[in-house]
Amino acid sequence: MFDYASAAVEAALAAGASYSDARYVEGRDEFIQVMNGGIETLNRSEAAGVGVRALVGSSWGFFATADTDPASLREAGRKAVDIARASAAAPGVPMPLADVPVVEADWETPVEESPLEVSLTDKVDMLLRVSTTMQGVDGVRLARASLGAWDTHKWFVSSPGSKIHQHIVETGGGFDATAIGEHETQRRSFPQSFGQFETGGFETVRRWDYEGNAGRIAEEAVALLGAADCPEGEKTLILEASQLALQIHESVGHAIELDRILGWEAAFAGTSHLELAKLGKHRYGSEVMNITADATLPGALGTFGYDDEGTPAQRVPIVDHGLWVGVLSGRDSASIAGLPPGGMVRGDGYNRLPMVRMTNVGLLPGASSLEEMIAATSDGVLMSTNRSWSIDDKRLNFQFGCEIGWEIKDGELGRMIKNPTYTGITPKFWAQLDMLGGESEWVHWGTPNCGKGQPMQVAHTGHSASPGRFAEVRVGVRG
Amino acid sequence: MKNAEQIASRVIELVGDRAEAEAVATVGTAALTRFANSFIHQNVAEDTAGVRVRVAVDRKVAALTGNRVDDEALTRLVDDVIEAAKLQPVDEDWPGIAPPAAVPTVDHADASTRDATPAQRAETVKAFIDAGDGLSAAGFCDTDFESVAFANTLGQRASGQVTRATIDGIHQTGESAGSAHQTSVRFADLDGTAAGELAADRARRGMKAFDLKPGEYEVVLAPECVATMAIFMGFYGFNAKAYQEGGSFVEIGASQFDPRIAITDDPMSPDALGLAFDAEGTPKRTLDLVRAGVTKALVHDRRTALKEGTESTGHAFADASVGPITAGLVIGSGADGVQDMIASVDRGLYVATFNYCRILDPKSQVVTGLTRNGTFMIENGRITGGVTNMRFTQSFVQALGPGRVLGVGDDLRYADSEFGAGVVRAPSLHLAGWNFTGGAEG
Repeated sequence: MFDYASAAVEAALAAGASYSDARYVEGRDEFIQVMNGGIETLNRSEAAGVGVRALVGSSWGFFATADTDPASLREAGRKAVDIARASAAAPGVPMPLADVPVVEADWETPVEESPLEVSLTDKVDMLLRVSTTMQGVDGVRLARASLGAWDTHKWFVSSPGSKIHQHIVETGGGFDATAIGEHETQRRSFPQSFGQFETGGFETVRRWDYEGNAGRIAEEAVALLGAADCPEGEKTLILEASQLALQIHESVGHAIELDRILGWEAAFAGTSHLELAKLGKHRYGSEVMNITADATLPGALGTFGYDDEGTPAQRVPIVDHGLWVGVLSGRDSASIAGLPPGGMVRGDGYNRLPMVRMTNVGLLPGASSLEEMIAATSDGVLMSTNRSWSIDDKRLNFQFGCEIGWEIKDGELGRMIKNPTYTGITPKFWAQLDMLGGESEWVHWGTPNCGKGQPMQVAHTGHSASPGRFAEVRVGVRG
Repeated sequence: MKNAEQIASRVIELVGDRAEAEAVATVGTAALTRFANSFIHQNVAEDTAGVRVRVAVDRKVAALTGNRVDDEALTRLVDDVIEAAKLQPVDEDWPGIAPPAAVPTVDHADASTRDATPAQRAETVKAFIDAGDGLSAAGFCDTDFESVAFANTLGQRASGQVTRATIDGIHQTGESAGSAHQTSVRFADLDGTAAGELAADRARRGMKAFDLKPGEYEVVLAPECVATMAIFMGFYGFNAKAYQEGGSFVEIGASQFDPRIAITDDPMSPDALGLAFDAEGTPKRTLDLVRAGVTKALVHDRRTALKEGTESTGHAFADASVGPITAGLVIGSGADGVQDMIASVDRGLYVATFNYCRILDPKSQVVTGLTRNGTFMIENGRITGGVTNMRFTQSFVQALGPGRVLGVGDDLRYADSEFGAGVVRAPSLHLAGWNFTGGAEG
């Protein structure tokens, strides 16, 4: 399979590229969804092809084809160069590339139980049992459960001589119950919104005990219809770990992408409030805040052996006791910034240009616990499980909604509340982080739907988090 | 095998009498030229080919998608999907595949788009950049071509070709940004200079922006904002699956909107982008969803139509779990000029685009999002300066409710949204109030 990629790279070099690389990718995936005790979707897909990247002057040219005929592969390499060359109509300065070692390697996700080899009947039956359990709770209108898996082989070849094969397996799923009132809908999800996905096999799904949690989740969805609305005002806010993971994704993970900081994503995804000149000086948050981008974490969704430029997976410090110290980068962006390449460039399938993506951008565990945080709070709100998320193009002004909340009064958890929302400004918010759960509550949450780029690319990213407490946050924003 | 009709027909032939089956085959090209910091930094293209097969074996249903279209791959695809279906429980709501029906002939394809070269896209980008006269430009120009064919085991056959071309970008002054967008079936329609001039004008007018106190303000919304509203109402509201599940705001026959509001789904218009048939092979229909403020209809696929005792409107989406999706939303235009609408505002805001909108509750259509790339104060009938981006939390349906629409623009066009180009045609709207819940500082 390396030959497919090599043919395209050789053609690109012969056509005048200063550098070229190519990936031949074979991917299979499966998505199963049941609703109200019946199957709603069984979709499987397979895709294979070559994407070749050629650097000419200041621009990348990229061409993708599913046709692996040798002549087509050579033509793909030539087209990548022609496309890059056309960019000279609006040229910039030549794009430099940071050095990475030339390697020949093979890497694969450790898997106990291949998700695509578990029988369809077993998977569907499990989802039907979960859905039926939720339907058994009076007031539940929609009882949905789903499983998904991706099984991807990549063969990477670069013009300096790297040859890397990787086999990456990602598995996950989840379920949710929806209760519908006269003028509102209320939903509860497990393990988190959009499901929980990890690298690994079907064993990752079995660990979450879907069936043991289905009844509780359904009851909470129904109870929310009769719950009081989230109070308005400034409160102490405790975030359950999966919501804190999304908070990290949106207000840290995207902000530290070097392509955004350099303005390359300005028109669509946006830029960043961070200025490169302040790297190592800017205070991102409180002393409790320690963030790493770690593509080596076993089992986390953003884990791999090498990125799609052939750079080895790394653990990179991002925030050290509140101080901003690192970025997410690729060979081009790192070189421009004068930083070592972070190995954080990935493409969505064979037919997308690799770009800077989060790996596992997570908050290292603290010394507290959810129980201790509640006990130490006199007037606050605990919010759990994301329901909505919105943040501006500089990753500063955000508003999140959660599925469920509980009031906290004088150190004790009080009544359930619905429609909990909170809003804030990134550095102010993170400066107010004063307590963080420990290792026993630390989970490698996965985000399987991170959108970025044009054409749009969807990445799978990881965000380790435990519960965290924030002082004086505006909650209860309403329309 | 590079012909979509051949691929779809071959799949149905391979299924034989083993199952009910439908196949959608797509062959095409997609190319996108991307620029930032006023130079082209990413320039991509691909040849696309794919086929989606859905089968039902004794009402047991499965679907499989692949991008290998040689005979060996198609044979394996068909065998695999039939075997997968046999392992499924019976789908009690399976509506069956579509019977043969004539599909209207529409021409939504253009040779200038299909054959556009990297050099032509780069020239359009250069024109956009140059129009900023030194401002920092970012955006993209893309051209897509697809040839799509449908076939099923009841004999339904349909095929068509579609193209889309877009120039979309911003100019930045260092303290402000302005955006512009053009989409057409025809690449030749794109005017990079005009788009660049509009973006640059908005950027320059937005300089020295100030923070405005949150609250309810009268607004004039540009077509990009209105398109975003339409997408939320289409996905969560006019979708019959959402309605049947109880999550839709729609009340058929009720005056849910201002009498000035008309919403149609018009995939057959000469200006529309898209095919004349849906993912189930059903011919698309033009629908009045809202007429004179009264909600009139939902869009259906075969499954939702069966439940409702009606017929599919031709809005099936490939992923049936999403439900039927509007295919060519048009918010009806009015007779009001944008400048006239601005002139009638004593104190309010003009908003060019919304950004990062997310639904808080689909039934009430409460959405939070931000303004971006052009937010301006209107005082005494004229724009008096830029305002920093603001957050809103607002029910889209309530904002368009009876008595809330003060003007409907005469500037109907394809408008961008964060959900993609070429999805909605919309005019500017003048609304009595919009609930801004936060400013730049929260």
